[in-house]
Amino acid sequence: MSDLLTVRDLRVTFSLRREGAMPWASPTLLRAVNGVDFTLRAGETLGIVGESGCGKSTLARALIGLVPATGQAEWIDGRDLLNLTPRQMMAYRQDIQMVFQDPLASLNPRMTVGQIIAEPLVTHRPDLPRAEIRERVRAMMEKVGLLPNQINRYPHEFSGGQCQRIGIARALIVEPRLVICDEPVSALDVSIQAQVINLLIRLQKELGLSLIFIAHDLSVVKHVSDRVMVLYLGKVMELASASDLYGSPQHPYTQALLSAVPVPDPTVEAARTIVPLKGDLPSPMNPPSGCVFRTRCPRAEARCAAEVPALAGGDHAVACHFPGPLTEAEIARAREVA
Amino acid sequence: MVIDQQKMQSLSARMVEAEVKGRSPWADARRRFFRNRAAMLGLTILVLVTLFALFGGAFAQWSNEELDFSVMGRVAELGAPSLANGHYFGTDNLGRDLYARTVQGTQISLMVGVVGAAIAVIVGTLYGATAGYIGGRTDQIMMRAVDILMSIPYMFVLILLLVMFGRSMSMLFLGIGLISWLDMSRIVRGQTLSLKNREFVEAARATGVSSFRIIIRHIVPNLLGVVAVYATLLVPLMILTESFISFLGLGVQEPLTSWGALISEGAGTMNYGTLWQLAFPLFFFVITLFGFFFVGDGLRDALDPKER
Repeated sequence: MSDLLTVRDLRVTFSLRREGAMPWASPTLLRAVNGVDFTLRAGETLGIVGESGCGKSTLARALIGLVPATGQAEWIDGRDLLNLTPRQMMAYRQDIQMVFQDPLASLNPRMTVGQIIAEPLVTHRPDLPRAEIRERVRAMMEKVGLLPNQINRYPHEFSGGQCQRIGIARALIVEPRLVICDEPVSALDVSIQAQVINLLIRLQKELGLSLIFIAHDLSVVKHVSDRVMVLYLGKVMELASASDLYGSPQHPYTQALLSAVPVPDPTVEAARTIVPLKGDLPSPMNPPSGCVFRTRCPRAEARCAAEVPALAGGDHAVACHFPGPLTEAEIARAREVA
Repeated sequence: MVIDQQKMQSLSARMVEAEVKGRSPWADARRRFFRNRAAMLGLTILVLVTLFALFGGAFAQWSNEELDFSVMGRVAELGAPSLANGHYFGTDNLGRDLYARTVQGTQISLMVGVVGAAIAVIVGTLYGATAGYIGGRTDQIMMRAVDILMSIPYMFVLILLLVMFGRSMSMLFLGIGLISWLDMSRIVRGQTLSLKNREFVEAARATGVSSFRIIIRHIVPNLLGVVAVYATLLVPLMILTESFISFLGLGVQEPLTSWGALISEGAGTMNYGTLWQLAFPLFFFVITLFGFFFVGDGLRDALDPKER
């Protein structure tokens, strides 16, 4: 399988100006995404997980060009997406589409569903006649499970799940190769989540799409993803195939994260061990030295504060000086502190 | 299980229907507006006043320039409203037919109000939406320019303008147009700032829609509710401004007239028993302002049902 997208050392830095600060005062830097590397193969689904504020959404927005980023994102044809002029980027915007978190808010309330879905097509293929566009919109609506005769309706006349289907239709109408789903189901209730996820999986198979699937629901990510990337404070902690990552997590953070997933079985739920983490996510304006996770890690040692661990290990990559399953003693220590 | 035959049939009929018509947010707002009694009353008044301005002249027995020599000099006794001599609203001090003058004044005042508000809507909306959407330094410069213009006492400038360049309709439009869009641009900018971070605008940006198209297709249609409400409240404000200027004697020039000028004349002769000279123009002035305010209120309620 060829690599559709190779991301190297992607960084997104926001400069924040304190309220009422003097104009010459140097702004504080917030490193939302702090050197992320990964590859995305054609046709695969890459899940991205992490707690709130770890840079998942910012990473997605950087890839699609909504926020300025530095580093490299090499597309399959060898062009670096992050260093293109807006005009050059236009050609690639057709290949990369996005599905947003809030289904209703991502649709313009003053436009009909037909206009909303057609917008990317009208933007990228201005040569198409109106009738042809309408025909394609109807076909796409059918494909995502909407009745094509609803084409003249407005977003507020649809339910949340239907709105997300409209969002998916809008993303797929220009036949992209990569769809970035930024928490596409977290605003939906559970039964609708399943429908939308199954729709995404089906469409991915039919159309041969690559997906970047961002979520904070670990079980959803496990269900859809071929590989999973764990982010913490703008850095990659662990990147492995879904079965490896969920079966034998190596990074202490991943283990803590997975231990917090509730199991819908009372006996298993009662027996499982939770690894609590002490404290809160450190501020990305002032991240810890060395390994960013060390302030909350039950296994942290002096070396962790001094050296930044590199992401190493081939197919199951871990960014930790001391990878491996947590021992009983370490779990007990974590419990004590927390 | 018992299936309701009729319901199933209506459902299946709906599924095969060629295209279901959607109900736009505008259509919803229209329904709410038409159900609002006060707003409908206001709208009726405005329609009637507009009809009066457009076709009232056809019923006049006298033109607005003719002097009625039979009443001249004895206006207080002979110039009162009467159907017999054709002066439905009486005559003014010079013996001109007040009905014809009121029709003319209504035309001028409505025109000033509507043109002033139209300038505000077009210039203010585009200016505010551009500043808000582009943001950053452009926004800073554009809005500071508005602040500076606002800090100038406009009535003073308007009076100076009319004194220096002579009193004319075009000067009046220019003066009112210069100041009317400032508030509008601020309101629109504020709304744009909150709109531009909404996900649907991001979605459009992500797919590569041009900034101009985003402003026209995504930002402006979502602003129009606020703009429409503010514009209906701006029309009476413009009429008031013009009336005030005319009341001071600086507005429209004879033989043209406006509500402000008529009211000013009427107020001057209030003590000589010719109260109708004040009453008729004032009546039209007041009901029109009421009409606009009721319609504005109704529009706000209709377009923004959550804010009630």
